[in-house]
Amino acid sequence: MASEMPLKSEDRVILEMTNITKEFPKVLANDNISIYLKEGEILGLLGENGAGKSTLMNILYGLYSPTSGKVLLNRNEVSFQSPKEAIRMGLGMVHQHFMLVEDLTVTENIILGIEPGKAGVIDYRAAREAVVGLSEKYHLAINPDAKIGSLSVGLQQRVEILKALYRDAKILILDEPTSVLTPQEAEELFDVIRELRNTGVAIIIITHKLVEIMAISERVYILRRGRLVGEKRTDEVTKEELANLMVGRDVVLTVHKEEKNIAADPVFEIIGLTIESERGINAVTDLSLNVKPGEIVGVAGVDGNGQRELAECVMGLRKVNGGSVFFKGKNITNLSTKQRIRQKFSNVPSDRQRFGLVMGMKVSENCIMGEHDRDPFSRGINLNLSTIAEYAERLVEEFDIRTPSVNIPVSNLSGGNQQKVILAREFSRKPEFLLVSQPTRGLDVGAIEYIHTQILKMRDLDVAILLISLELEEIFSLSDRILVLYEGEIIKEFRAEQTDEREVGFYMTGGQRDSAEEPKRNAYADTTA
Amino acid sequence: MSSFLSILNEDLIVATIRLSTPITLAAVGATICERTGIVNIAMEGLMIMGAFFSALFAYTTGNPWIGLMAGMIFGGIFSLLHALATVTFHIDHVVSGAVLNILSFGITRYLLILSFGHPGTSEPIPVYLGEFEYAIPLLSKIPIIGRAFFSQTPIVYMSFIIVIWFSFFLYRTKMGLHMRASGEHPLALETLGVSVYKMRYGGIIISGLTSGLAGAYLAIENSNAFTEGMTNGRGFIALAANISGGWNPIGSFLASLFFGFADALQYRVQAISHAIEWLTDVPSEIFIMFPYMATVIVAAGLVRRSRPPKAIGMDFIIEEERM
Repeated sequence: MASEMPLKSEDRVILEMTNITKEFPKVLANDNISIYLKEGEILGLLGENGAGKSTLMNILYGLYSPTSGKVLLNRNEVSFQSPKEAIRMGLGMVHQHFMLVEDLTVTENIILGIEPGKAGVIDYRAAREAVVGLSEKYHLAINPDAKIGSLSVGLQQRVEILKALYRDAKILILDEPTSVLTPQEAEELFDVIRELRNTGVAIIIITHKLVEIMAISERVYILRRGRLVGEKRTDEVTKEELANLMVGRDVVLTVHKEEKNIAADPVFEIIGLTIESERGINAVTDLSLNVKPGEIVGVAGVDGNGQRELAECVMGLRKVNGGSVFFKGKNITNLSTKQRIRQKFSNVPSDRQRFGLVMGMKVSENCIMGEHDRDPFSRGINLNLSTIAEYAERLVEEFDIRTPSVNIPVSNLSGGNQQKVILAREFSRKPEFLLVSQPTRGLDVGAIEYIHTQILKMRDLDVAILLISLELEEIFSLSDRILVLYEGEIIKEFRAEQTDEREVGFYMTGGQRDSAEEPKRNAYADTTA
Repeated sequence: MSSFLSILNEDLIVATIRLSTPITLAAVGATICERTGIVNIAMEGLMIMGAFFSALFAYTTGNPWIGLMAGMIFGGIFSLLHALATVTFHIDHVVSGAVLNILSFGITRYLLILSFGHPGTSEPIPVYLGEFEYAIPLLSKIPIIGRAFFSQTPIVYMSFIIVIWFSFFLYRTKMGLHMRASGEHPLALETLGVSVYKMRYGGIIISGLTSGLAGAYLAIENSNAFTEGMTNGRGFIALAANISGGWNPIGSFLASLFFGFADALQYRVQAISHAIEWLTDVPSEIFIMFPYMATVIVAAGLVRRSRPPKAIGMDFIIEEERM
């Protein structure tokens, strides 16, 4: 525990959680944690996945009841049995995965559960007025009649915040609020948070992102494996200190990338690629790119701008409507996925549980998938079980996969270890071309460090790597070249060392379509509609 | 050829409405049920239960109105089994629905023999609702559609009201909004303090009541006795109507009308087939197939375009239980 911090007399404590312990059948999720929150404060709650942050907040929000410990709200002990009670007492929570009904309008989502109206009939006019009033009061522009599904992620988050404010939230809990936002959207959110603080709302931010803590919070608690390991004032602490506290050992935040001579001729090339989406519109239009051996090309972009279609087409999982794909000078546009794998293509898909692994099958089986029908893993129609087991055990050791055995279902492993299984399988195949999509989605600092190091190792082996990621930080720490994908087109290409996150983020939101003088305003032009 | 076109007359529209009524009722109920997130393929079973009990009560009391109430109530009670299975015990919705369908045919046959002493068809009921046809003054005189919509029997009128009421209910009332949210994102609804379980129970019971009413229509309004298997796949056609109608009460109604029309046409073509040279050799079974073929074709064409509720068929367990 860090040393106690003296309270100044004018800081009124509005919320206290003392000695909170929460036991689940197999894990101790929270071990004797005590925190407090002052009026009008922005508080950070930092920790890796599984550190117990969300459990603690779910206890506060009435989703779980603690095994022991007390929650004091304005000095009165409370014990919420359901979120409904917590909401009534002035708590609001914006979940990481939004609790919004996509098929309903903004207004319907905000009023859901406490609709204005008589005799069970909703007074839609009053509801709409209330939403407009709220949006004006807090300067959170939104179209009350828009369907949630049609809004950008940033605006959806705004609806979540309005939803809490409509319920008179005095304490707002934000769970991993920037994980889905572009840098511009994140900054806009920080402005909103400060604005809310100024109107007297206290804010708790749960996150594993250090940048976020440093950018916005005033005070931060650090959790590790269910324990509180520190309390710091943000202006008195560095990122590195926080990272070390969070992980419990020294971590490298940005992996070191060696300068490297890259071969002049591309090994992988796409020319004029056009792909139609399921809805019949172009998901990717006239896209060209190339990757050279030993080079990492990062494709940056906001989710849904053609990343999925591009990745599927590279692996031969989707029909191409125009253009060609070349590998080592040969046109491979019409080759099947299996043929591509035979040609030394490897793929780390973005959704590891749906496309990277067969969750119900063993670790060993997942380790050989794709090669299972070839020597040495099979002979005739028989699988060579002992060879497979030996091979899997070797990979488990080599890639430091934490599993009790190679014979348990891969679904029993943690997210980071599941990703390592995919990496082990794909990287051990000695690929010449590697497609990596979202390799660290949802993983914590330690796992990210490992995976980034492995990807750079492949680069050192002169593999041509195409990296598709929504995380700008990741794009920057790995890529040699950066391509910005917007509405299915590459609208800008940078050398990594000649640009920064702000500039790339600006192009990611279609910035080049407006005049370039004031990026931030333009990026948000749609929000004022 | 002229004799073939002669079947396209006012009577065809009247028959369309009458034949679509049971489908409409079951389809609208299914719409409400499925919007709460519960897959319901049990309309066939719910309907046959409604048909049996309406006939039984109408026969023993001599009062068809009591029969009508009984049909609805027993449809509702039987649907509780589906609610219990899917919501409370988290059983797969399709499995539960399939079981209910099979169970209901067994139960009704058993009870039929128990009550009337023989399988097949019950004794005819003394007074049936078809006798209560009422023509609304003026409106029923509107050419072409007047007789079809405004000179009808009680449950047909009720079906119109039910379509309008549930459209309003789903899109304008608090409970309707809660039900829609329950089928799209149940956890969001639950965390705002509205019980998803209650909404889903409600949706299932509504479909039980309307399907029960549909059964009553078949047994005590459209005919005057219960016959084993008299629903004849209408519950499944209602399922198709609900889906083709885009999980929307009005859409369900229109799709049901189409299936009713296909059925009405079939009867008429069958009736005149002997008089038309090129139709005489066509076996009548071909015509009977027609509404079912229409179901397959329309469902295949429209289903791709309609979007189901996002959380449909997915089990929902409140957090604490899972721990």
